Amino acid sequence: MSAWLIIRAAGPGVTVQDAGRRGSLRFGVTPAGPMDARAFAAANLAAGAAMGAAAIEVSLGGLELTAEGETIGLAIAGGEFDIRLDGAPLPFACALALEPGAHLVIRAGRGGAWCYVAIAGRIDLPPTLGSLATHTRSSMGGLEGRGLRAGDSLPLADLAAPPRALLALEASWLAASEEPIRAVLGPQADYFTPEAIDEFLSARWRVGQRSDRMAYRLEGARLAHAKGHDIVSDGVALGAIQVPGDGAPLVLMADRQPTGGYPKIANVIGADIGRFAQRRPGEAFSFAAVSIEEAVAARRAQSEAVDAGVRLRPMGGEISTELLLSANLIGGVADANLPLEKE
Amino acid sequence: MRYAAPRCLDAGEAALVVEFGDSVDPAINAEALALDAALRAAPLAGIVETVPTYRSLMIHYDPLALTRAALVAHVEALERAAPARAAASVRWIIPCCYAPPHGEDIAAAGEALSLSPSQVAALHSGSDYRAYMYGFAPGWCYLGGLPSALAVPRRASPRGPTPRGAVLIGGGLSLIGADPMPTGWYVLGRTPERMFAPERDPSFFVEVGDALRFEPIDEATFRALEQKSACGEMIARRETMT
Repeated sequence: MSAWLIIRAAGPGVTVQDAGRRGSLRFGVTPAGPMDARAFAAANLAAGAAMGAAAIEVSLGGLELTAEGETIGLAIAGGEFDIRLDGAPLPFACALALEPGAHLVIRAGRGGAWCYVAIAGRIDLPPTLGSLATHTRSSMGGLEGRGLRAGDSLPLADLAAPPRALLALEASWLAASEEPIRAVLGPQADYFTPEAIDEFLSARWRVGQRSDRMAYRLEGARLAHAKGHDIVSDGVALGAIQVPGDGAPLVLMADRQPTGGYPKIANVIGADIGRFAQRRPGEAFSFAAVSIEEAVAARRAQSEAVDAGVRLRPMGGEISTELLLSANLIGGVADANLPLEKE
Repeated sequence: MRYAAPRCLDAGEAALVVEFGDSVDPAINAEALALDAALRAAPLAGIVETVPTYRSLMIHYDPLALTRAALVAHVEALERAAPARAAASVRWIIPCCYAPPHGEDIAAAGEALSLSPSQVAALHSGSDYRAYMYGFAPGWCYLGGLPSALAVPRRASPRGPTPRGAVLIGGGLSLIGADPMPTGWYVLGRTPERMFAPERDPSFFVEVGDALRFEPIDEATFRALEQKSACGEMIARRETMT
């Protein structure tokens, strides 16, 4: 039997994303991939999908879905979105069975900018350069290289058994936090005056309205360059904080170009880029400078937390034990008999 | 300017920039390409991928699998051992139609350079180029080797989307485009070749460091080659350099 997810409504910026397109940066190819890799991993873990498997990334524009053909196991994780199944509210991070005829509605909720709908199975679309990650600016990946819209159907394959009860998803690393966003200074911190560096680290920043998957524009201060704002184009890493001539920084996100020609004052660390991505336009935050060693330690802690897995707690069902799903237990493969470990 | 010794700069904890200078210069680019080639010949577990640019090499790595210190030590060892220059071993002959309607900005570029359109085309197709880097969008390939007589600054304001396969000049460089994008450069002509064809193997055929020349073609040839290219055929010719 075949199954599809039918898109009943989708706001702008809802796309299919896998772990990202690697290996072609040297040819000018944008990596794309999830804005919040932590939430993406949590959703895939909870769905029993392969790590890095393609999922639907939902923007603040929201998404409405139905299932066709078969009951489809889904898991949702990310910001605190408002999620309803046939009108009944669900936890913002959960695993569920979507039966044909049931209507799943995901809307912007109390907080967060992105959430992920992972599938107990896989999205059966042809990869481009080895990846399903959608990059709309180069019309690559996902469904026809574009965002999803009402009327689209996503073909699914290798479906695993959906959960028998609604499960609330708990993952330590998804907890919201008001801690500063940590960044490593450089690679062109020497292009800025000492006052500009101080300002960067002390300012209260806001995510600007004109922010998208390519870059988050920052408002709150203007940073003065010490030796001009033009550099010879060089490589750009995820989370690079680039400062063009007007002094207003841009944080380069999943859809960044692989190279760029403005000085980069600092780079958001890998462990904090997902948390930063969940900031909505208008939300305030500050930066803190950390060393490479601190950045690596934070990255290791996050990686170990993901390896330890997510908790799935049945919601008012007959099963009362907590379930633990981890990458190690699943072994990276979707399995019809999810190896749920009971505590 | 070329640095006396390469600088290792951090772009966060998962990318190292090895920078050889601060300008667009063939000797500096050759050093970045030589390190890239050396790393590909002697790969180190934990390196994710490398991105050569005009004057530096970005090395994306997994810091949980490879420490910064071990990566820097490996780079320094390669720098001591590797020749500073990796000569191009492949040259691509890229057909280019400079004639109307394809040479959309050749008259405007000529005006800015005090040259006639045919002089611009002759100068552009008479030079040897080298692929310095890709950037901007998939398959957009930046070329060094533009004659100084064609060193026109970029436009003050960008023009509309380029035609597919645009051949451009700006800021002292030449550039081959792929899919249409707005740009501040001048469109001198068009190639029927596709610098990026996702369904073709290879999807990208010009490697950074390869040599290139443009071969002028007329509009009728352009149309014939464009049809072949659309069917998946390679149009550019490959020459082995001795």
